[in-house]
Amino acid sequence: MLRVEHLQIGELPPLTFEVADGECLAVEGPSGVGKTRLLRAIADLEPAHGQVFLDGAERNEMPGPEWRRHVRYCAAEPAWWTETARSAFASAARVERVLHSLGLTPDVLDRPIAVLSTGERQRLALARALIDEPKVLLLDEPTTALDAQAAALVEELIKFQLLSGRSAILVSHDASQIERLAHARLLLPKTQSSIAPGDRAA
Amino acid sequence: MSYSYVPLTPLDLALAASLLIANVAISWVFRLKLERSLAIGAVRMVVQLALVGVVLKLVFAQTSPIWTALIGLVMVVAAAVEVTTRQHRRIAGWQVFGFSSATLLFIGMMITGLGVGVIIGPEPWYAPRYLLPILGMVLGNTMTAVSLVLDTFTETAHRERGAIEAQLSLGAHRYQASRNVLHVALRTGMMPILNSMATTGIVALPGMMTGQILAGADPIEAAKYQVLIMFLIASATALGSFFAGLAGVLLLTDSRHRLRLDRIAAQS
Repeated sequence: MLRVEHLQIGELPPLTFEVADGECLAVEGPSGVGKTRLLRAIADLEPAHGQVFLDGAERNEMPGPEWRRHVRYCAAEPAWWTETARSAFASAARVERVLHSLGLTPDVLDRPIAVLSTGERQRLALARALIDEPKVLLLDEPTTALDAQAAALVEELIKFQLLSGRSAILVSHDASQIERLAHARLLLPKTQSSIAPGDRAA
Repeated sequence: MSYSYVPLTPLDLALAASLLIANVAISWVFRLKLERSLAIGAVRMVVQLALVGVVLKLVFAQTSPIWTALIGLVMVVAAAVEVTTRQHRRIAGWQVFGFSSATLLFIGMMITGLGVGVIIGPEPWYAPRYLLPILGMVLGNTMTAVSLVLDTFTETAHRERGAIEAQLSLGAHRYQASRNVLHVALRTGMMPILNSMATTGIVALPGMMTGQILAGADPIEAAKYQVLIMFLIASATALGSFFAGLAGVLLLTDSRHRLRLDRIAAQS
């Protein structure tokens, strides 16, 4: 279970909420309100006041890299640092299965990343994020670059992850996608005048 | 070795200065408005070099370890200031100045000490006539390497932010995640000395060798000194690049292994 306590993101009031194992929390709110920053702060990619617990352990009790092994941020526009995607995946056996479930063939691993389509890159990034089985997935617009068919495959894979006991926080502009995946919603207010968002959490 | 050379009179220098008319003429014809910068630059050069000449003459006459150390220290601080102000994207705070002072002091002492104290071995070992010019060459080149590496590191980290953070999100440590950036920065830092080692002597004679030859030294002896200097400079720039790369990682990431581009001050 992921628990966020008094997390301070920009101008927003401190956020407190929980995401249980197997649950998906959707984060909604107007553009620029801090949805991406919230995900990045939970993954400890940028400093923010407040505490985040995973199964009772506060993130500062473990080194940053170990925390991010369990709490995995998946960016809206994934970046790569090698010519091909192959080196981002350690175990070859599991990769093919995950790629297959995302509608990709294993040859995408050896094609130059520069020539892959945006949708292929986004699905590869999702595969890269799931492959070592983190406990919490922080998904920032996971299907923006995808056609309906590919998006459906991605949603199936996310559902499968949830059924296996992992939890997810989803940022999405697709209301029907939130309807299909999320168990709870967190609405980030435009200003501080709104009700405390923590109260809306599951 | 007997040194013989033609001394220059003030009239000779005035004659040389009159060559600047060409610069002024070009600036006028093309309305470049460079007259002011040209005048300031020329005056600064004359004053600085005259001062250095006077100071060195005094220091050489004394052969005092304290004065030699003091001048060396001034050179180190000046080089550190240069590194700090040359950055295109500056890292906020005093850390860059502190780091470059420490690095330049360490490398300057080690490499110059090795070159002069151990290899050349003048009497006394701290003879400023040997120590200060060689320290100057070591510091000048290390300074260039350090500022190139730091500048390339911040610039590349800024550009490759997504790739660095993608690796961090997947559980990489900060050194793993900065490996590509470090690679680019270190190559950039070492490139000048590699290039100049490979081409030196073909087009232009290095400044020090030219000086020795003009002063009447045997060209073979002058070449030997130049070889020694090149090796000193090569190792100094390698060390400087390494420390600067390390500083880049430490300054732009934190102990939680996060990329901290927020530490880069507003672009200058």
